[in-house]
Amino acid sequence: MTLALALEQLLNGLQLGVMLFLMAAGLTLIFGVMGLINLAHGSLYMVGAFACAAVAAATGSFWIGLVASLIAAAAAGALVELLVIRRLYDRDHLDQVLATFALILIFSEGTRWLFGSFPLYLDIPPILGGAVMLPGGLQYPVYRLAIIAAGALVAFGLYVLISRTRLGMRIRAGESDREMIGALGVDIRTLYTVVFALGAALAGLAGAMVGALQSVQVGMGEPVLILAFVVIVIGGIGSIKGALFGALLVGVTDTMGRFLLPQLLALFVPPAQAGMIGGAAASMLIYIVMALILAVKPRGLFPAAHA
Amino acid sequence: MISRENLINLILAALLLAVPLAAYASGEQFYITLATRIAILALAATGLNLALGLGGLVSFGHAAFFGIGGYAAGILATHGFSGDPLLLGLSGTNQMPVIWLVAVLAASFVGLVIGAISLRTSGVYFIMITLAFAQMVYYFAISWPAYGGEDGLSILVRNQFAGINTMRPLNFFLICYVTLLVALGLFSLIRGSRFGSALQAARQNEVRVATVGIAPFRIRLTAFAISAGITGLAGALFADLNRFVSPSMLSWHMSGELIVLIILGGVGRLFGPVAGAMLYVIFEYALGGVTERWQFFLGLILLGVVLFARGGLLGLLAGRAKHG
Amino acid sequence: MVEVMADPVLEISGLVKSFGALRATDGVSLDLRPGEIHALIGPNGAGKSTLIHQICGTLRQDAGTIRFAGQDIGGLSVAERARFGLGRTFQVSSLAPEFSALRNVMLAVQAREGSSFRFFKPVMWDASLIDTAMAMLERVSLAERARVPAGELSHGERRQLEIAMALALQAKAFLLDEPMAGMGPEGSKSLTRFLDVLRHEAPILLVEHDMDAVFALADRISVLVYGRIIATGTVEEIRRDPAVRTAYLGDHA
Repeated sequence: MTLALALEQLLNGLQLGVMLFLMAAGLTLIFGVMGLINLAHGSLYMVGAFACAAVAAATGSFWIGLVASLIAAAAAGALVELLVIRRLYDRDHLDQVLATFALILIFSEGTRWLFGSFPLYLDIPPILGGAVMLPGGLQYPVYRLAIIAAGALVAFGLYVLISRTRLGMRIRAGESDREMIGALGVDIRTLYTVVFALGAALAGLAGAMVGALQSVQVGMGEPVLILAFVVIVIGGIGSIKGALFGALLVGVTDTMGRFLLPQLLALFVPPAQAGMIGGAAASMLIYIVMALILAVKPRGLFPAAHA
Repeated sequence: MISRENLINLILAALLLAVPLAAYASGEQFYITLATRIAILALAATGLNLALGLGGLVSFGHAAFFGIGGYAAGILATHGFSGDPLLLGLSGTNQMPVIWLVAVLAASFVGLVIGAISLRTSGVYFIMITLAFAQMVYYFAISWPAYGGEDGLSILVRNQFAGINTMRPLNFFLICYVTLLVALGLFSLIRGSRFGSALQAARQNEVRVATVGIAPFRIRLTAFAISAGITGLAGALFADLNRFVSPSMLSWHMSGELIVLIILGGVGRLFGPVAGAMLYVIFEYALGGVTERWQFFLGLILLGVVLFARGGLLGLLAGRAKHG
Repeated sequence: MVEVMADPVLEISGLVKSFGALRATDGVSLDLRPGEIHALIGPNGAGKSTLIHQICGTLRQDAGTIRFAGQDIGGLSVAERARFGLGRTFQVSSLAPEFSALRNVMLAVQAREGSSFRFFKPVMWDASLIDTAMAMLERVSLAERARVPAGELSHGERRQLEIAMALALQAKAFLLDEPMAGMGPEGSKSLTRFLDVLRHEAPILLVEHDMDAVFALADRISVLVYGRIIATGTVEEIRRDPAVRTAYLGDHA
């Protein structure tokens, strides 16, 4: 094991963490403001990826595709909010889970209908192609670094949005007191649609960026969704800060676990077995971390005041 | 005087028995398999109904117990077939009663562990955490190559039950059907018992239950473990039905489907899971015959039920649930 | 009358609870002796709810002790305190709304018997459980409504049901949180008569806004203002107390 290899894995972990943050931020915002659990958030991630891949293929430009992914995901989010989600705010969590589960079925099959069952591929834009030399002689893809930078930028943007703008003030008011925000004269229905669309756009952005690393296919959002759940359970539901911290923790723990555990075990048992046991253990690692954190802090590391 | 709901329950039970008998008489083996599938899914959902319907515990992780039951059957049968010892010198088996016992105990034990952590929380946390733990079991099954990993595990010959030829579809159906009836009986007893009172009261008003001196956590954890055991038993039967176990039994879609069954049928109703499983399998079969995009329409139907018909089929037919 | 020499059933001393900078409970000490009704009064926001939450265990105190029936219960859970015999009713009625009145009381009976881990015997065939519960409903004059779901009972009936449940626990002390609230004059009068009898079963810590009821029932009154007890005494002593008059009773007295 060289240091360069470890650095590479650490960066991969950061990149995964950034993706998870984009997903978890939307989920936690939607829960914090509207009290809604949205299983279909992974579908919006998929919508972003498909929109980006399809538009990039048609126009030849990744960047137009990226813009399209934001628009498509936000539009899909707003539409779903108007048609379905707003009927669920007063319902119990069971109804929310079922209705959004139904939305997953509709989104997944609908996408198959439109695009067929074969995966789409999305090329990395030329300007972000290639690799840079990192200390230790490591070649690391520019695109992955760009994702980390984009994620950091979005995190900063969200911070500014929530702490410095009128919209952010309304969001914070909505989180702390749903009745007060009505009294402030804010049109709460519009606010909810905007917050939902914003969360959807973040998920769509994540889907589009990852689409260039993996194949774009139906069902791609679901594993990410469940990891995002782990993230916000760890971070504390409703907390953006918790989502950021949890996302980086999960991203790095998962990636480093898969890298380190088999090597660690190889010190004690034959390599073939070490790979098998280490791999299986690594796949469970973040869930074990989640369980340990919950054992100490049942409401996550940064519990929101009201949740 | 029999209540309207009980009458409907009787009709549903009779229908589920009559269809495969008629199919047997007319040589349509396929419908027997369909009915067996209904019985097993209903059994799995009956387990979940105990936690979700009576206890209000929205577990999005019951696929874990279903899959653990399935793997218990698959692993025991594999060792029973090859003669390789399992662990601690114990051997495998192809006897269903032993397999069922192991499936129930294993699923209940994991249910106890998952429940002990998850039940410290409530609401959305509980939903997400049960989902996450089930996903953990799923990834473990995928990355552990000894029992097939991603490819799953085949059961070459269906396991044995008391000298009955289980390879004949009708015989196997009857085994599943009787098991389902026993589980429904158990559910009904528990619902009416002191334990059931405490469990249902904890759903309606947790603070009240604590204030009379009953700790809701212990009640819920016990219910969760029993619930997991029943769903695990269904998993073992499902493995024998397909003679195949794979990680898909553990997938979160499976957890979602089990909740959907209960909602379609009627939450907390004795025959809710049966009605739901019938509807679900019939949708799957009827819609699946017309379009390969049947899940799209299932999604629409489900959305309609959640938004506009919350009592499910039994709510529609038998009116609101009654308590003593 | 008050048996002054008897050991108190409930004894709270030096209780402190803060929320951030706010001291909601600021060194509260009070006790409840056998046979008495001890009323706790105070203006809104005085910290009555916070105090009750600490006594029954939904909030944990920052400092101070709570002794009940000779035991330190300050570290126990809500359910454990209830099993020790602390019978509580709620300011806002808190019942299992889908269950009938009878089944609500049956739940309290089975809780007292410690028999919630019985899985098979149907409660609706359990004569001893039903009879005991019915007896409690009769005592609060709710027997005719036994089969009505708690959620469909009138406000006053729900209050009666709450008391029936506290009775079923065979409590060693009752903690009644504004039982008169929303009762109407007739209901208040009959409830007042009922509480006067109930005190012989177990002493009552009565949190109440209805001053007529308090003055009619209480052996002693404690006045809570800004988290502190500013006076404790008999009805007459409290009526005369200048601090109480300025701080609280004011135009009432």
